[in-house]
Amino acid sequence: MKKKELFSSQDLEITLDRLCHQLLENHTDFKDTVIIGLQPRGIYLARRLHKKISALTKNKNIPFGELDATFYRDDFRKRQPVLPSAMNMNFIIEDKNVILIDDVLYTGRTIRAGLDALLDFGRPRKVELLVLIDRRFSRHLPIQPDYVGKRIDTRVSQNVKAEWKETDGNDRVWLIMND
Amino acid sequence: MNQSLSVKHLIGIKDITANDIELIFSTADNFKQIINRPIKKVPSLRDVTIANVFFENSTRTRISFELAERRLSADTLNFSASSSSVKKGETLIDTVSNILAMKVDMIVMRHPSPGACSFLAKHVDSIIVNAGDGTHEHPTQALLDAYSIREKYGEVKGKKVAIVGDILHSRVALSNIFCLQKLGAEVVVCGPPTLIPKHIESLGVKVEYDLMKALAWCDVANMLRIQMERQDIKYFPSLREYTMQYGLNKERLDSLDKQITIMHPGPINRGVEITSDVADSSQSIILDQVENGVAIRMAVLYLLAAKQE
Repeated sequence: MKKKELFSSQDLEITLDRLCHQLLENHTDFKDTVIIGLQPRGIYLARRLHKKISALTKNKNIPFGELDATFYRDDFRKRQPVLPSAMNMNFIIEDKNVILIDDVLYTGRTIRAGLDALLDFGRPRKVELLVLIDRRFSRHLPIQPDYVGKRIDTRVSQNVKAEWKETDGNDRVWLIMND
Repeated sequence: MNQSLSVKHLIGIKDITANDIELIFSTADNFKQIINRPIKKVPSLRDVTIANVFFENSTRTRISFELAERRLSADTLNFSASSSSVKKGETLIDTVSNILAMKVDMIVMRHPSPGACSFLAKHVDSIIVNAGDGTHEHPTQALLDAYSIREKYGEVKGKKVAIVGDILHSRVALSNIFCLQKLGAEVVVCGPPTLIPKHIESLGVKVEYDLMKALAWCDVANMLRIQMERQDIKYFPSLREYTMQYGLNKERLDSLDKQITIMHPGPINRGVEITSDVADSSQSIILDQVENGVAIRMAVLYLLAAKQE
């Protein structure tokens, strides 16, 4: 199994800083903005960005949530059941700007489920999508990200895996070739 | 993490593993969070139709199952024997086969005969969930009881549970014994000798005929109702005498040197097995049990439906 490094720890730091500043351009002081990470893998990226943005804006009260979309998936009964992850949403998103964060955007089906789950917490004013890796030209649904770490071209047989210090000991992103 | 139950049906706790129970509990944690949100619904089972087939009266269990089904967005239909062709002489398999012919995916059944659910599971092609079969098992009740203990104490392992009352006629008692033992709790059954089944020690439980000794030993007391509808002969002289011997009241509870937790599967006969001041006290988790019932049943239905195909 061959794998290629898409992000080293250092690259990732630079890209995360860039993403933060792009978010700041549009949301300035984050007064009416909430940050939501998608379970299971998007939460590490979301936690990281939330921390950086809190430091940059000196605003310690930016709401942060972790959303689990397992019960909203469209492939229920079509594959092995996936165990749900913990939901951590202690606020209502009524009339807020929501930044939805996931690590990899591929078919768009997870984001579709995530949007459905999100709407159960109120009617947001606006939802934006931030992803670290966009596997472009592979969408099954008309979903596009607003903020992107890196756009890459991949084949169906390939996988993208983001590793985080918190869970894997190191920050790195790999393209894994299974063929 | 991909994980699924080891069984296709939920007939009894006897058939499932400790892992299954843990999986149901961890899934129920998610559902408990969902039913406490402003929007209490998820679309998981929107293409699943569930029939609630009740050959015996029930309020709590039926409402709890129905709510669980609706909160998972399943389509539900309710059937009770009193208003059906069962009265005209139709057999159980015919009744259920007819329901299934209308493309129903799951059957939740309560029946007065022990073994009715496992009989059905052998003869029809559907997912069967036992909502109580005679004096045999009531698996979802045992799951929600153990889940409520886990919620109160953090874990079930090592806890001492006394099941008090009509053990002989109680499906709740049998399911609870299996469930609590699989999770590593110790169980004592307590009641008048006539209401304790012979050879119950062979299940690994201890028998105690003195209520005060059982209460002094336990962390949790599960008070069962005297099931008059299942008693065709007299098992004790009078309800008054039963209450004097085995009724739980405030004085008895306060005379213990520790705080025990009081559970009751409902319906309560206030003033018989438990007095009002105990049932409504801060030591009672009776209403938590009811709330947890919906989450547990959502988890069971979700995990069983997920297994299909």
